[in-house]
Amino acid sequence: MNIVRNHILISIDAGTIMSGARAVEDALIKELTKYGLDKEVSVLETGSLGITGMGVVLVVYPEGIYYANVTTKDVPELVEEHLLKGRPLKRLILTEAPKRTIITKEKTGLLKEQPRIVLKNCGFINPENIDEYIAAGGYEAIAKALQTMTPEDVVKEVKESGLMGRGGAGFPTGLKWEFAIKTPGEEKFVICNADEGEPGTFKDRLILEGDPHKLIEGMLIAGYAIKATMGFVYIRGEYNLSIERIEKAIADARSYGLLGKNILESNFSFDIFVKKGAGAYICGEETALIESLEGKRGHPRNKPPFPINAGLWGKPTLVNNVETLANVPEIIRNGAEWYRGYGTEKCSGTKVYTILGHVQTPGLIETEMGTTLKEIIFEYGGGIKDGKNFKGALIGGAAGAFISSEMLDVKMDFVNLREYAAALGSGAILVMNEDTDIVDMLKSVLHFFKHESCGHCVPCRLGTAKLVEIIDRIANSKGKKKDLDELMEITQAMKGASFCPLGQSVSLPVSSALRYFKDEFMAKVSA
Amino acid sequence: MDSEHQCQCAQQNEEELYPKLEEMIEQHKGRPTELIMALHKAQNLFGYLPKKAQEIISERLNVPISTICGVITFYSFFSTVPKGRHSIKVCLGTACYVRGGQQTLERVEKELNTKVGGTTEDRRFSVDVVRCIGACGLAPAMLVDNDVYGRVKSTKIMDILKKYE
Repeated sequence: MNIVRNHILISIDAGTIMSGARAVEDALIKELTKYGLDKEVSVLETGSLGITGMGVVLVVYPEGIYYANVTTKDVPELVEEHLLKGRPLKRLILTEAPKRTIITKEKTGLLKEQPRIVLKNCGFINPENIDEYIAAGGYEAIAKALQTMTPEDVVKEVKESGLMGRGGAGFPTGLKWEFAIKTPGEEKFVICNADEGEPGTFKDRLILEGDPHKLIEGMLIAGYAIKATMGFVYIRGEYNLSIERIEKAIADARSYGLLGKNILESNFSFDIFVKKGAGAYICGEETALIESLEGKRGHPRNKPPFPINAGLWGKPTLVNNVETLANVPEIIRNGAEWYRGYGTEKCSGTKVYTILGHVQTPGLIETEMGTTLKEIIFEYGGGIKDGKNFKGALIGGAAGAFISSEMLDVKMDFVNLREYAAALGSGAILVMNEDTDIVDMLKSVLHFFKHESCGHCVPCRLGTAKLVEIIDRIANSKGKKKDLDELMEITQAMKGASFCPLGQSVSLPVSSALRYFKDEFMAKVSA
Repeated sequence: MDSEHQCQCAQQNEEELYPKLEEMIEQHKGRPTELIMALHKAQNLFGYLPKKAQEIISERLNVPISTICGVITFYSFFSTVPKGRHSIKVCLGTACYVRGGQQTLERVEKELNTKVGGTTEDRRFSVDVVRCIGACGLAPAMLVDNDVYGRVKSTKIMDILKKYE
């Protein structure tokens, strides 16, 4: 038997592929073979290592050394120095080492320090290999649920864990499941909402690319808990690699008997199908998503009835976000009490954020609920780029809130942010430095809403158009002071009268921008 | 759904592709709920959705042509006019916007002498705007066919486009 002394994990995601990760991988294998090291050193593909914009990123174990910006030209030197002579190649080591990059597999035992629940396997296992997921404890939770728990027990456990929906609204997941189990119906469905369209958010994509089996296991558990027979993953049409990986993962799970009839010799049968979206932001709203799944225009439905009572084809349907479902296997495996050990009293667990904009190291992080924005930006994000000052951030994507430096110390969780009239939303944190023009930012947000308004209801269709007209005027320094009041008035009307959350949510970016950065707007308008 | 596939077919005679379409949508026969999947396949095959393809889908899936028209115009993925061999999608999501996506777009428009939604005269490129492709860490980002390009500086654009014939 071969003894492998080094493992090289190479991150394969959209960003690294663009930078030539596949070519680097081939070059590594070739170079290792040249020195006869190919039996001793294994090269493995893994999902995102949480570092973006730094070219090809790889990590060499057991040392746990991260290299960034690796090109094919660097490979001979890297192999010769590190793998042949055992001297890490300093030139390429990731020196800016933000907090998250120093987590090694061994250190993840210290979960309190570096909590990783959702992203536990991302960057450690090969997402295209079901055996690696199983070796990392995968599919243990569904086995536990099937063998030792009733569906009611599962729902109770999830309810007690305090898990809240990670898609944006933060609705208690257990409660949703409880409604689902109480709804009578022969046929029920589980839908995973992977239509991640909120600008600035790509957490679900990286979960899907980095650990697709975790999602499948989460859906299986949800299916068992609410007694559903079929699941759908509704995924953005743009996410090619995610689609490829989840489809492969589903096929592999089927061949292992983890999907299909009588799973693990139980009476539970469940299968999952992938459906591609076609480019409409509104389809992230659950009823619009269901319409789209049915092959129609993605117009939202009236609520009630909620999907839990009458969803897909009028049947009871549970819709959960990717990150929410990815939390479930660990909750079942380790118990609700364990899960409650993370996060804040009102909001347990961790949150996956995408941090971008003017920061040193944009990327994907997972931290406990209740981490302050300051920590996220300055420790995980490495601070503001180019030595500039922090001005503000847009939290939760386009439908999120602008915040200023006075909110840096606020603990981030669903409940707490609500008190500040902000929202965690999708977990996108767009950081803006002192040079950013907030009026211009709001203009971009409002143009986005105008473009994505589906036209179904009048307040949103006309409201977004009118907002764009006004903000363009202000941005061109042709606005009047009363335009600012009108912005507020329109969004308030939209909040009350729009048919679905798209129109309702426009008030958040507008009111928050005007609250924290009023001076900038005042400077652009005349009396 | 690979790009090479798309561009080869665009050069072929459309008529020759219809039997292939019939074959591809066979599994969706009589299933109106699978309309969007069928449209994806047709659009991949032709590069857009010609009237005749819509009619075939209408008949096979048992969906009125008016409904199909409604669906096509709703989703930004679908197009009823022929597109270029390669599609350029410049991201103007919030993260890309703040990092200069608009300048990228203007440069593309200028270099190719076409506007958003348009196609170059030689049908080499179509230019569109997308709102977030989930590559925000690489902002400003641009998609050419299925390849993501990040940190796109306006000076680098022509180098990127050179690769696509």
